[in-house]
Amino acid sequence: MTPQVITTDVLVIGGGLAGERCAMEAAAAGQEAVILSLVPPRRSHSCAAQGGMQAALGNCVKAEGDSPQVHFLDTVRGSDWGADQEVANIFAEEAPIAVRELAHFGVPWTRVRGGTNIYFIKGEFVDIEEPLENDGLITHRDFGGTAKWRACYAAAGTGHAALYAVDSEVVRLGITVRDRAEAVSLIHDGTRCHGVVARCLRTGTYFAVMAKATVIATGGYGRIYGGYTTNATINYGTGAALALNTGVVPLGNMEAVQFHPTALSPSGILITEGCRGDGGYLLDKNLHRFMVDAEPEKQELASRDVVSRHMMQCIQDGNGVDSPNGRHLWLDIRHLGEEHLTTKLLEVFDICRDFAGINPAHDLIPVRPTQHYSMGGVRVNKDGEAYGMAGLYAVGEAACWDMHGFNRLGGNSLAETLVAGRVVGARVAEYASGATLHANTGLAFDALNAEEQRTQSLLSREGSSRSVYEIRDSLGEIMIGKVGIFRNGADLSSAVDELKVLIFECDKAVLKQKGPGANPELAFALRLPGMLRLALTVAMGALARTESRGAHFRVDYPLRNDQDWLSRTLVRWQQNAGEPTLSYERVGLMDLPPGHRGYGSDERIEMEASLEEYNEGVLDSQSAEGRLESSEAMGSKLRRYSGGAA
Amino acid sequence: MTDKNNPRPRRLRFEIFRYNPEDPESKPHIETFEIDERPYMTLYMALSEIRETLDASLQFDFACRSAICGSCGMLVNGRPALGCRTLTADLPEEIRLHPLPAFKLIGDLSVDTGIWFREMAERTEAWIHEQLPFDPDAEEQRMSDDIAAAIYEGDRCIECGCCVASCGVANVNPEFLAGAGLNRIARFMMDPRDGRTDADWFEVVAGDQGVFGCVGMMACADVCPKELPLLDVYAYLRRRTLGTKIASG
Repeated sequence: MTPQVITTDVLVIGGGLAGERCAMEAAAAGQEAVILSLVPPRRSHSCAAQGGMQAALGNCVKAEGDSPQVHFLDTVRGSDWGADQEVANIFAEEAPIAVRELAHFGVPWTRVRGGTNIYFIKGEFVDIEEPLENDGLITHRDFGGTAKWRACYAAAGTGHAALYAVDSEVVRLGITVRDRAEAVSLIHDGTRCHGVVARCLRTGTYFAVMAKATVIATGGYGRIYGGYTTNATINYGTGAALALNTGVVPLGNMEAVQFHPTALSPSGILITEGCRGDGGYLLDKNLHRFMVDAEPEKQELASRDVVSRHMMQCIQDGNGVDSPNGRHLWLDIRHLGEEHLTTKLLEVFDICRDFAGINPAHDLIPVRPTQHYSMGGVRVNKDGEAYGMAGLYAVGEAACWDMHGFNRLGGNSLAETLVAGRVVGARVAEYASGATLHANTGLAFDALNAEEQRTQSLLSREGSSRSVYEIRDSLGEIMIGKVGIFRNGADLSSAVDELKVLIFECDKAVLKQKGPGANPELAFALRLPGMLRLALTVAMGALARTESRGAHFRVDYPLRNDQDWLSRTLVRWQQNAGEPTLSYERVGLMDLPPGHRGYGSDERIEMEASLEEYNEGVLDSQSAEGRLESSEAMGSKLRRYSGGAA
Repeated sequence: MTDKNNPRPRRLRFEIFRYNPEDPESKPHIETFEIDERPYMTLYMALSEIRETLDASLQFDFACRSAICGSCGMLVNGRPALGCRTLTADLPEEIRLHPLPAFKLIGDLSVDTGIWFREMAERTEAWIHEQLPFDPDAEEQRMSDDIAAAIYEGDRCIECGCCVASCGVANVNPEFLAGAGLNRIARFMMDPRDGRTDADWFEVVAGDQGVFGCVGMMACADVCPKELPLLDVYAYLRRRTLGTKIASG
């Protein structure tokens, strides 16, 4: 029998890479850590990351000249200047350490083979002589939007290998993992977080975990796009919804939603960018490589937002391939050869065989851009601490830290999980060691009672209604149809209205099953309101942002507008309010002034203010939104790379 | 829905093991559900449809739905398999589904693989026993790409539990490490970063719970969704262990 209230120093919600790495840092500092996870941690969605982890080791010939500085510049350009550049810099500097640390934990990174290597680059085979003195170092493959080959990889199972290595360390450190447990609300007093109420998915019982520090590491909110996502079925955006429900903590840039160019059609299963990195083509129905016309320089390896838009345009222009499940395009990796496909891209080979019945050495792969990554999330400062709520942190995809801005580069998320786990984990440990546990059991029991009552009232609804699953399906259709890759004011406005209706409908939805135990329908009914609320923050943020930046593209406002929109959207949902409230802050101190990304459109509306003027207002702008003071002053980790003043 | 391109779909008949240990009134039994087959239907789609339209209490586990996370092992017509990548088109119209044996039942088709694998990892100390602490300023330890590839091959196990469920020994001896456990040991044994000696490994590998507990039926290799070369793994473990025994007299 589980005690109803348990206590610990550090509570981590989510057993993926970011959460586990963060818990390790706390445990290593002598803090007791408990991880709650919906699934056994090795089944977390981190395991599905395929092609690579970006880190500027510069170990192979095509990576020569790489450095954290170049990685920083790529990341900021990829973000379409939406990123916090100081965070992007912390990230780029730490990523090589994180990759080497994973090697130390046992990840079998693919290594440099000294001597002649045959690569496939921009349409042809190229012989490259890797220096013998580099033999055995961690090697790299090409990815989108990068100046150098930088993605470190283990075949196409990089996330799996990383997660298993990190979870092994979690086991070694004896960190408690409560799997099949779902956080359902944060325990807080309006200014400080004290833990969570969670529901056991084995028995259906509730328990509270009181902690000095609570870390949200629950991943993205891709499942608000229904089945139109590469994400696992467990990516509900749980943590973001918990933070939103506090009424105090803002979410950042929720409208920044990434579509991955190559998901298998129609199942939506991810096919790694590593396919194009290793030389794969995108083809239209006439087997024409349209990306060479669209992006002569980067071709298939422009950033994901740019490639996805070109693909959708290609389909809209009538050059998609017709199928009973809608139109798609082709990914062609046949020329890479079966040996390459069954070693370096083994997982892709298996997915094509198992889910499409094809052999990619002989057959074209049907692909279509599909929701993939949530740049938005719980808004935190550079220490990972949530705005407006002491003792609450967020890491990884669940957070808006914010190194990705409006578009994340491929391979940067896996790297973020480990880097942020290390960096934020150290801050969490510091905070927890300096704080005392306020085991305010009154607060805990109030929160427990509130959740039990919510459940009872849900179960006691009677009558007839659409099922929670039908409401979920409607949600997915609204999001893909009206809040997708190409957005416009009319569709977004109608999405906002329809989502509000769904929220109302969900409040009245009647369950079919009221039996004891985990009750999967009840579990889903408890999550659905949070998913709907998150969806509304995405749609409202997208409607209000009358410009195009990164993955957020408005056909009615097609230009990036640095004069009016060089800002981060923040959204809060005040208690008992019918809808969320939007506000804006400056993106952060800038070193690299806004400019052309090097791919995509070169047209934009320029900022009139100087970089210095912009930077001068950053601290006030963010403090006004509830940014808590970081352990080191803002800007302490911003390097002067570009010559711009900081 | 019938037209000449889409002949009348098959009517699939699912016979599913039902039991909810949390419900005092629940008794283990088989329940039958019928649904129409759809193109490219997997057991993930079929079970979701049954839960969402016929019986909302049905318990099962899926996460990645792409054969990567290992959540959805179950007995499909008596054979352990991943539900997400099993196409109904490859099955007869009558489909019997049971939870994986050898694991604790949570309810219906859901079993507790997480606890089993955590205990296995603790018992075998399935982490790198490194020689030196991590130095953030140092270049990575070099490794030949061939060794990295060999380790990766062992690392591909997704801990779905199909090998454990199919194993005659694991079903009667809960201590037996089974395919997944033995594969994990071999993976660390061949890793040059791991400082454990063959003598250190001997205790874990040599007993009844280790490779010599295996009676060689090799159902594990037949059912492994990742097609791991378990026969080679066991041969490798036996060779290494016997080598230790001979060397130590």
